[in-house]
Amino acid sequence: MAMTVDLPALEQTDAAVPHVASARWSRYARPALGLALPAALALGWELVVFLGWSNGRLVPPPSRLFATIAELAKSGELSRHILATVTRVGAGFVLGVISGTILGAISGYWGLARRLLDPTVQALRAIPSLAWVPLFVLWLGIFETSKIVLIAVGVFFPIYLGVMGAILSVDRKIVEVGRVFRLSGAAMIRRILLPAVLPAYVVALRVGLGLGWMFVVAAELIGASEGLGYLLLDGQQLGKPAQILAAIVIFAILGKLTDWLIEVAASPLLRWQDAFGARGGY
Amino acid sequence: MLALKEVGKTYPNGVHALERFSAAIKPGEIVAIIGGSGCGKSTLLRAIAGLDRATSGAVTLDNATITSPHAKIGIIFQEPRLLPWLSVADNVGFGLSELPADVRRKRIAAALARVGLADKAEAWPRELSGGQAQRVAIARALVPQPEVLLLDEPFSALDAFTRRDLQDHLLNLWADTRPTLILVTHDVDEAVTLADRVLVMRPRPGRLFEEITINLARPRDRKSELFDNFKRRVLTALDRSLDRSVRDLTAKSSAGEAMWW
Repeated sequence: MAMTVDLPALEQTDAAVPHVASARWSRYARPALGLALPAALALGWELVVFLGWSNGRLVPPPSRLFATIAELAKSGELSRHILATVTRVGAGFVLGVISGTILGAISGYWGLARRLLDPTVQALRAIPSLAWVPLFVLWLGIFETSKIVLIAVGVFFPIYLGVMGAILSVDRKIVEVGRVFRLSGAAMIRRILLPAVLPAYVVALRVGLGLGWMFVVAAELIGASEGLGYLLLDGQQLGKPAQILAAIVIFAILGKLTDWLIEVAASPLLRWQDAFGARGGY
Repeated sequence: MLALKEVGKTYPNGVHALERFSAAIKPGEIVAIIGGSGCGKSTLLRAIAGLDRATSGAVTLDNATITSPHAKIGIIFQEPRLLPWLSVADNVGFGLSELPADVRRKRIAAALARVGLADKAEAWPRELSGGQAQRVAIARALVPQPEVLLLDEPFSALDAFTRRDLQDHLLNLWADTRPTLILVTHDVDEAVTLADRVLVMRPRPGRLFEEITINLARPRDRKSELFDNFKRRVLTALDRSLDRSVRDLTAKSSAGEAMWW
């Protein structure tokens, strides 16, 4: 404690105050900082239209956007469309995650399967996924099945690659610790491989989900009578830019929200990570 | 009793790492294996641990042949190899999963207190210093109460002060249950500090070259003349094992002695 005695009193109080302030800063102000730019742009555009510098017909101001959303919500249309899209993404995501995880795990764990399976999967990955659309429509019809399968295909590849890569890169030295303690095959997977793979798996899930949202638009543009993608198409055909923008904004919100859900669900499992991002960065 | 009978190891790529290594190691003995790089000392240790199988000869513990990791044989590696997703306490208890939770908790707490890290029980491995992490690794290896503890250059990544600290610490822990310790090292000082017996190996292929018994009472004074004598003996054996001409080294040391006497 000799150190603190030497410190001038003034410096000591200085050291304590910014600490509290910085805690408050990182809790509230830092996330708010991300909202500053979009809020400023929205406000600016609102003002431009309000002052009559633009009629805002092709790019409707935020007020008209929210009016459109409110109108859709009041008639019950909006929840119907959101439900349709979310259901498709959910089903496709689950399907893609299950198949990607299983095949990725097999390829990562078992060398023979990797040599057998991986070249084919990589070749399929090279095909632009939208090229499947006509085939899926022919095979599976124009209704839900083809849409869900298309989304699942989009989700599958990042999950497959993420799981396989994560298993392949598990530290041999850590696996050896499991051997020294004579873990059985199942215990080795549960106590060593799964936790070691988890961080990369969460990243793969988030990438996969992002692709799921991308592919649902493609799927719904093919031909749908409901869904946010349908709102986009409908807005284009009937010349309603506000409706298109409303759908885009809702896509953004849903995408961010579901991504955040994965992040929040995984964070208690990843508290141990010694990474720059885990401590909030600078 | 740990017995090594003409243990040999040739790797699939044809490298002849170890040839006909024999030794009998009594319970509670501390043996240091020392030698230049490529003399097969890590290969030997991994064969005793059951991590790699010897291609000829056999390792037996109380007449049971070791072919895979054994419950009574623990190992501490050069790196702590803690599992980063487990707390320090859970790392220490990693090998105790069959025990009921309350017994396990007591054993973990006792082991952590013994290595002086009771206050770190809930910390993550990333929050530890190098020396602390290696102490956790020591606790993890000792808590299942092995009869034989293998150490593969356990302190070589640490600074000199921490290393000495941990050497003393290891001896204290050893005194609790007196397991057999087999220590691979390239640090002569460490070998003479810890071991009852130093096995000097020679490379290409790895073989036992010389055996030096260190009959010094513990605790050993690293600055004593006797300690220095043993160090010199080990060093000389090492030099001869590497076919290095010993002449200029003795010339230097006798010059040094001439200054003293």
